[in-house]
Amino acid sequence: MVLRTTVAGISSPEDLAQALTGAMYLADDGIATAGYLSLALGKPLLLEGAPGVGKTEAAKAIAGILGRQLIRLQCFEGIDASAALYEWNYPRQMLAIRQAREGETLDIYRDDFLIERPMLTALRRPESTVLLIDEIDRSDHEFEAFLLEFLSDFSISIPERGTLRAAERPVVVLTSNRTRELHEALRRRCVYHYIAYPEPEREAQIIMLRSSAVAEGTARAVVHAVGLLRQEPLAKPPGVAEAVDWAEAATALAQTGASWPEAFRRSLGTAIKDEEDLAHLRPRLPLFIPGLAA
Amino acid sequence: MIAPLPPAARLFVSFPALLRQHGLAVAPEQTVSFLSAIELLGPRSLDHVRKAAVATLAPHPEQRERFDALFDAHFLGAIAEPGDEDFASDDEMSVQEDSGSREILQGEEINETGQAATGAEALSMRLLKPLDENETLRRFGRALPEALPRRRGYRQRGARRGATVDLARSLRAAIRHDGEVMSLKKLRRVARPRPILLLIDVSGSMKQRSDANLVLAHTIVQSAPFAEVFTFGTRLTRVTKALRRKRREQALAEAAGLVADWDGGTRIGDALQAFLAVPRFASYARGAVVIVLSDGLERGDPAALVTAVARLSQRAHRIDWLTPLAADPAYRPETEALRLIAPRLASLGNGASTARICRHILSLGGSQAA
Repeated sequence: MVLRTTVAGISSPEDLAQALTGAMYLADDGIATAGYLSLALGKPLLLEGAPGVGKTEAAKAIAGILGRQLIRLQCFEGIDASAALYEWNYPRQMLAIRQAREGETLDIYRDDFLIERPMLTALRRPESTVLLIDEIDRSDHEFEAFLLEFLSDFSISIPERGTLRAAERPVVVLTSNRTRELHEALRRRCVYHYIAYPEPEREAQIIMLRSSAVAEGTARAVVHAVGLLRQEPLAKPPGVAEAVDWAEAATALAQTGASWPEAFRRSLGTAIKDEEDLAHLRPRLPLFIPGLAA
Repeated sequence: MIAPLPPAARLFVSFPALLRQHGLAVAPEQTVSFLSAIELLGPRSLDHVRKAAVATLAPHPEQRERFDALFDAHFLGAIAEPGDEDFASDDEMSVQEDSGSREILQGEEINETGQAATGAEALSMRLLKPLDENETLRRFGRALPEALPRRRGYRQRGARRGATVDLARSLRAAIRHDGEVMSLKKLRRVARPRPILLLIDVSGSMKQRSDANLVLAHTIVQSAPFAEVFTFGTRLTRVTKALRRKRREQALAEAAGLVADWDGGTRIGDALQAFLAVPRFASYARGAVVIVLSDGLERGDPAALVTAVARLSQRAHRIDWLTPLAADPAYRPETEALRLIAPRLASLGNGASTARICRHILSLGGSQAA
């Protein structure tokens, strides 16, 4: 295992947290430690947590502070190697075969017939990219098994070309919403962090950092309300992104002259996006929005 | 010859071993990562060691409390306090999840807390089944994967006929004929078996059936490609992970240890709502065959059950409610709750015996994509 105590000028979790703050991402101790260890040990970082807690944002921020391009691979059911790794440009290969003159030798497995997909790009340019494998829990077991192979030795076999191995281990961030359990072998290969909803104080800071138009009082009121909403049995509890949207929407409405409780009530759709959840909450709104007439 | 471990490292190396003893899976490579992480972080304080342990040994969120208790016990010498989760108030429906992974090797002893061990013992007393039932289950397990309803998956495979052209195969075929395309190869989406979600009532009124139903659940988890099992009475408990153990006795003992509301009251509506309120659980129902093994004798508010079943039916492929009461040919759903939800159910069938339930599940119609 390669141990690098300093990666891109970052030599401790505190350094990473500070750099992330500079990239507009407020990281707590847990994620800063896991992120630093992932960089130093050269292992992929697996981030799990409810939707909207900032898993993808964390990957973007890490790419930002390393000054690298973020390559995102969005997983879906049925995703396979040709969508993740590489594909040959079949129409062009076919055309080249048709156009080739008699006796001419033609290599249809040249680089210019190869379409790079995210994982191959990350493997070929590990020093300039961060690979984000987003929502791995959406892919099926076949893809997870395939990914396991990639993450264990960072090499890819292209039958026509042989095996490509990364010169150095690329920075890989995986995210999962926990809609299904990931294979233990995948978890073992990663440095793991579960991102919980942030503490109220931190969430208020995040809202103000993301949107300069939102006043501190508004941010605190929104954080208080979403904290209560997350304790309700909702199909889709509001994440951090929803809290930011709600604060912004309420601020915008208040600027048009609406009273604060009214502005919060009318912009509730930015935080709660499920009709059944809204129906469940409607009669009890004054509990979440202080000052709202019952 | 391998050099002996430095004394300072022994404390850290023995921690993963302790975790394994308590049923938390840790791979040797994770131990190596843990040691490297400690080296990287200093460690300047015990907090750093804890953070390094969490990041590299990766306990599941639901195992975190146990993990922390073991950590404290190991590094601070504190004694792990037993959790008070078993004394939840009756007003609120609590949700219990079996821990993420307990890869205990065969023959290794399960080191459970006293509470769980008592439950396990009670169940092992009850688990003496006649042999013919075992044979029924064996046959059922073999037939189940084929009998489950199917849906079209998103993965494509080469086929004689299909909607899209398989360019890779077509090109390879063309190369054999000097670039002349003789035939276009096709791709077809593969039919996948639907997941099965089993909800087992373990309340007092189902006492006669609950053990047998759990045995059946073990067979289903062992043979169906995607299966989830929950028990409910006054609380909701996920027992899938425990049932994934191959050896039945061990699996059932562990599952029984998780369930804390054997033979208690029934609040089906609340249990189903609790199930739907955890997005991860609710996603298990999406497109699934949902089998509810319950007599439907609801003690709670029927309105909760009606809403929950309505929401569940929007997600599920079908809901089959199998009740032991239907063994009587004259049975008609008489409780208000069951009457109200009947239109949402694909069938209200006979759940009086294992053989009956097996027959019902096998009749759900596999082979063609639904």
